[in-house]
Amino acid sequence: MAESKNDVRIGVYVCHCGSNIAGTVDVDDLTSFAQQQGSVAVARNYKFMCSEPGQALIKKDIEELGLNRVVVASCSPRMHEPTFRRVCEDANLNPYQLDMCNIREQCSWVHKSGATGKAKALVSAAISRAYYLQPLERREVLVTPAVLVVGGGIAGIQAALKVAEAGHKVYLVEREPSIGGHMIQLDKTFPTLDCSACILTPKMAAVKAHPDIELMTYSEVVDVQGYVGNFRVTIRRKPRYVDESLCTGCGICQEKCPWKADSEFDCGLGQRKAIYTPFPQAVPNVPVIDPEHCVYIQKEGKCGACLKFCERGAIDFTQKEKMVDVEVGAIIVATGYDLMDPSAISRLGYKRFPNVITSMEFERLCNATGPTGGHITIDGKEPKSVAIIHCVGSRDEKYHTYCSRVCCMYALKFAHLIGEKIEGAQVYQFYIDMRCYGKGFEEFYQRASSEAVNFVRGRPAQVTDFAMTPEEKGKLVVVCENTLVGRPVRVPVDMVILCPAMEPRADAKEVARRFNLSQSADGFLLEKHAKLDPVATANDGVFIVGCVQGPKDIPDTVAQGLAGAAEALALIEKGRVELEAATAFVNEAACSGCKICVSLCPYSAITFSETEKLSHINEALCKGCGVCVAACPAGAIVGRHFTDQQILAEVAALLVDTRPATVAV
Amino acid sequence: MSKPKLALYWAASCGGCEIAVVRLYAKILDVAEIFDIVLWPCIMDFKYKDVEALPDKSIDLCLFNGAIRNSEQEYMAHLLRAKSKALVAFGTCAYTGGIPGLANVANREIIFRRVYDETPSTSNAEGVRPQLSYQVPEGELTLPKFYDTVRTLAQVVPVEYFIPGCPPVKEQVEAVIQAVVEGKLPAPGSVVGASDKTVCDNCTRIREEKRIRSFYRPWEIIPDSSRCLLEQGIICAGPATRGGCGAPCLSVNMPCRGCYGPPPNVTDQGGKLLSALASIIDSQDPAEIERVVDAIPDVLGTCYLFGLPASLLGRVRLEGNALPAREAVETAKAL
Amino acid sequence: MVVPSNNWEPTIVGFLCNWCAYQGADLAGTSRMTYAPNVRIVRVMCTGRIDPTFVLKAFQSGADGVIVAGCHPGDCHYSEGNYKTIRRVTLLRKLLSQMGIDPERFRLEWVSAGEGAKWAQIADEMSAAIKAKGPLAWWETLKEA
Repeated sequence: MAESKNDVRIGVYVCHCGSNIAGTVDVDDLTSFAQQQGSVAVARNYKFMCSEPGQALIKKDIEELGLNRVVVASCSPRMHEPTFRRVCEDANLNPYQLDMCNIREQCSWVHKSGATGKAKALVSAAISRAYYLQPLERREVLVTPAVLVVGGGIAGIQAALKVAEAGHKVYLVEREPSIGGHMIQLDKTFPTLDCSACILTPKMAAVKAHPDIELMTYSEVVDVQGYVGNFRVTIRRKPRYVDESLCTGCGICQEKCPWKADSEFDCGLGQRKAIYTPFPQAVPNVPVIDPEHCVYIQKEGKCGACLKFCERGAIDFTQKEKMVDVEVGAIIVATGYDLMDPSAISRLGYKRFPNVITSMEFERLCNATGPTGGHITIDGKEPKSVAIIHCVGSRDEKYHTYCSRVCCMYALKFAHLIGEKIEGAQVYQFYIDMRCYGKGFEEFYQRASSEAVNFVRGRPAQVTDFAMTPEEKGKLVVVCENTLVGRPVRVPVDMVILCPAMEPRADAKEVARRFNLSQSADGFLLEKHAKLDPVATANDGVFIVGCVQGPKDIPDTVAQGLAGAAEALALIEKGRVELEAATAFVNEAACSGCKICVSLCPYSAITFSETEKLSHINEALCKGCGVCVAACPAGAIVGRHFTDQQILAEVAALLVDTRPATVAV
Repeated sequence: MSKPKLALYWAASCGGCEIAVVRLYAKILDVAEIFDIVLWPCIMDFKYKDVEALPDKSIDLCLFNGAIRNSEQEYMAHLLRAKSKALVAFGTCAYTGGIPGLANVANREIIFRRVYDETPSTSNAEGVRPQLSYQVPEGELTLPKFYDTVRTLAQVVPVEYFIPGCPPVKEQVEAVIQAVVEGKLPAPGSVVGASDKTVCDNCTRIREEKRIRSFYRPWEIIPDSSRCLLEQGIICAGPATRGGCGAPCLSVNMPCRGCYGPPPNVTDQGGKLLSALASIIDSQDPAEIERVVDAIPDVLGTCYLFGLPASLLGRVRLEGNALPAREAVETAKAL
Repeated sequence: MVVPSNNWEPTIVGFLCNWCAYQGADLAGTSRMTYAPNVRIVRVMCTGRIDPTFVLKAFQSGADGVIVAGCHPGDCHYSEGNYKTIRRVTLLRKLLSQMGIDPERFRLEWVSAGEGAKWAQIADEMSAAIKAKGPLAWWETLKEA
């Protein structure tokens, strides 16, 4: 039924939000101002509009006063637009006839003066826009009941296992030749001192064995198309030059290969062959050939030892990269972190002194499968004293201001492991604060304290090999101020372990773009809401779990992996997803077939019919960005919910107090 | 039964709209048959006082062409509004301001200085300027006040119908007169004698894909006469211009300049044309986009050739009585 | 020339995209940063929705300044909307300068969802800059001398 001008009845609701808004904005003044605006049937204010009674207030007015538009002046629409839309729906008002006005995040919270005046202008604008809002139809599409997990570290593995457990198909894509991520590089894990490989490898094996998980290692996601519930992803499968279906994992090729390279898995401390599995428990247990170090590939056929010795004939140098397309309903991004390279902080001596190492390098030294077989030695020598320097690049205005969360705990773990492996070793912890907040963490700290570990509260100024006393000769000296005592100290040690900051991966920006995600100020990927929605993102259907979202330890990573699985499963179980209602459409009476819009849509939602000489917009593909609406020179494309009429009215009303009343705009 | 009264008036115009009516050729005699013409300064000898003597609302149809740029034209707009039942803004100047509307890049002082002091052939050592009033032995001589800002007819008085065109094409003038005679006009406030689509609807050229790597002036290339001019880089306002003219300019290989005004759903014709032209520039590199855009020496003239007074901003903001330094002038000099 | 009273404060209209700039402005709020109250925000889903007509309307309606803020190039939530914005703004700037509007009254900025501090700084800087320039008061332009 068409509405006449007189039929528009707007209800305006001003929220106090406790004192968050009411403390700075005069809500009573604002409410009576709103009441005086054209077409406003009622204006009220209330302490917490989003609460049950607040919502009930709106519902009652819609029903009893016959409101057909609702304006809520409160927090950001990004906060509660869904809440108030539901209120409208419950009261049988189309949810798109709601307009929200942000007078908190963008007004009361940021302006010490002028907040009320600005709030009036904003409310005035919202009312003017609301006047022109139209009901919109909501449509649904089915959800593809499959999930893509990107990244095969513990976060991705956990998510994949949980989704598969529910009986749905999972594609697990991992860039490296094997899953396991950084966790498989660790020796023991705090606070329980579980052997990392022992707790992880069963999960890795479970991934391999699960009939619903399709594991694609040595592969990368190159393109993502579609939208929530209906993604089409292109995956590049890099050539291993080994046929996965024939390889038995016997390892003879690796034994016989004469060519070596630095082992990435061992952080360059050890070597691997040109044909290699990164570590013995690799999943899949199928080697890859590194084209850069393989002489057969580099020198066109010279060598060929692996070809000769492989009894199954699994070596295949003719393999090429393959592009695979998969269709999924949800994507879980679990691409993890990198450790910062501390050579940037040159005063700490990394790369200048061979016995200054990073924590990950220490994990490899400590680990039985590492380059030293689990013996903590540098150049064959066992250190008798070790310094562990915390916060290298973290809590540092010059590098990363954030705390990397895990280092205090693993530093304590290192102290314990060193004490266990090296009789009488002295460990010095150079720290700012000891952050031992988790379950069992404080107890672990108490144990470390009693294990004769020396704590020096201070940030080392440098690590030097310049000896100033006989004791310092041949050692590395950590120069630091012990702030609790208030005196500088020089601590001679045999080895220095640095705790580098956990950083976003080097290609985080590209990953963000590929999956249409944002980055936080610190470069990690941005979650929808830090407290209430930590694994969802602004891109519906794409979830971020684990360290890709920020530094965290294994328990939290696993929890997020499970959370991501829950999100994906909720989507799949619901089976349907709502399409964006605020899409664009072509007014066929006005379209004259100029074709200016056709090449502008990034989703290819616009097609042209030569027979009708008209453009058409596919509303399942349209995301409502409005580019075509702005470009159409005939004004023939209408952007629902953000029409020219609505926006121009909003702008004019926004500025009504800046111009004389006689000026017509 | 007396004949319906018809008045035609020209304000700030070139005379082309008079010719548009005269171009009815033989049909003009039919018009003279049907209507009782009470005012037509270009063709007939009626005086203003004849109009002043008429009762209010006694003129059935007034075709008012030209923009309002001086006090005489403003007076006549008000007079004819009072005396007319249906006041029609005839032609682009009355509808959106037209070419005279481009004077809104200047003001009275700038224009007078140019005309009365600075032109190469002016000799005016005494600095004579037009006076509003001058006493001579015979009495007082007056001249209309020349305004700083040109306005459309509807910006001065309420208007019933708008007939766009510079000038309106013959077929449309005939159609409108026919509609008046038959009493078949649409709701007041409408644009008549035009279509609700754009010039593209009238244009028979082939359109493929709109991606611009360079803009060209019409004299810089010899365009393919079968293909869309905009696709060849020549700025054509057709997509942002109301149709109904039959696209005659396109048929002689010249781009549309926008004289029929904005399409029905567009508020500001120049703004929309600007948006469309910019959107199809085929580059994501700011420096490249800058280079492509630099080929348009006069963006204001390109976008608001016929519609500056009717646009949202209406006229140029001047600092004092100086024309703003214009890249157009520099570019023109360079060429 | 419009002479403002001592208490005059500029009014700037900001067209902000929902995914980056608007969220960034929200972040400035949740972080309780304080900045000048002169910018009034109109939310659009993408800066690509911004028709130059909106900017002209803002100036016509009384804005002393206009800012368009969106995702950094390459990061547009809708892939390429902000590139279209760059194209339109480049051409619009030429028109605005021909119309006699000081180019500093119109800004295009990229503000990501994490750049709350940047938004606050932009609001402060632009408010101060426009205050120094004085009101635009576009309706004065149409008055006869």
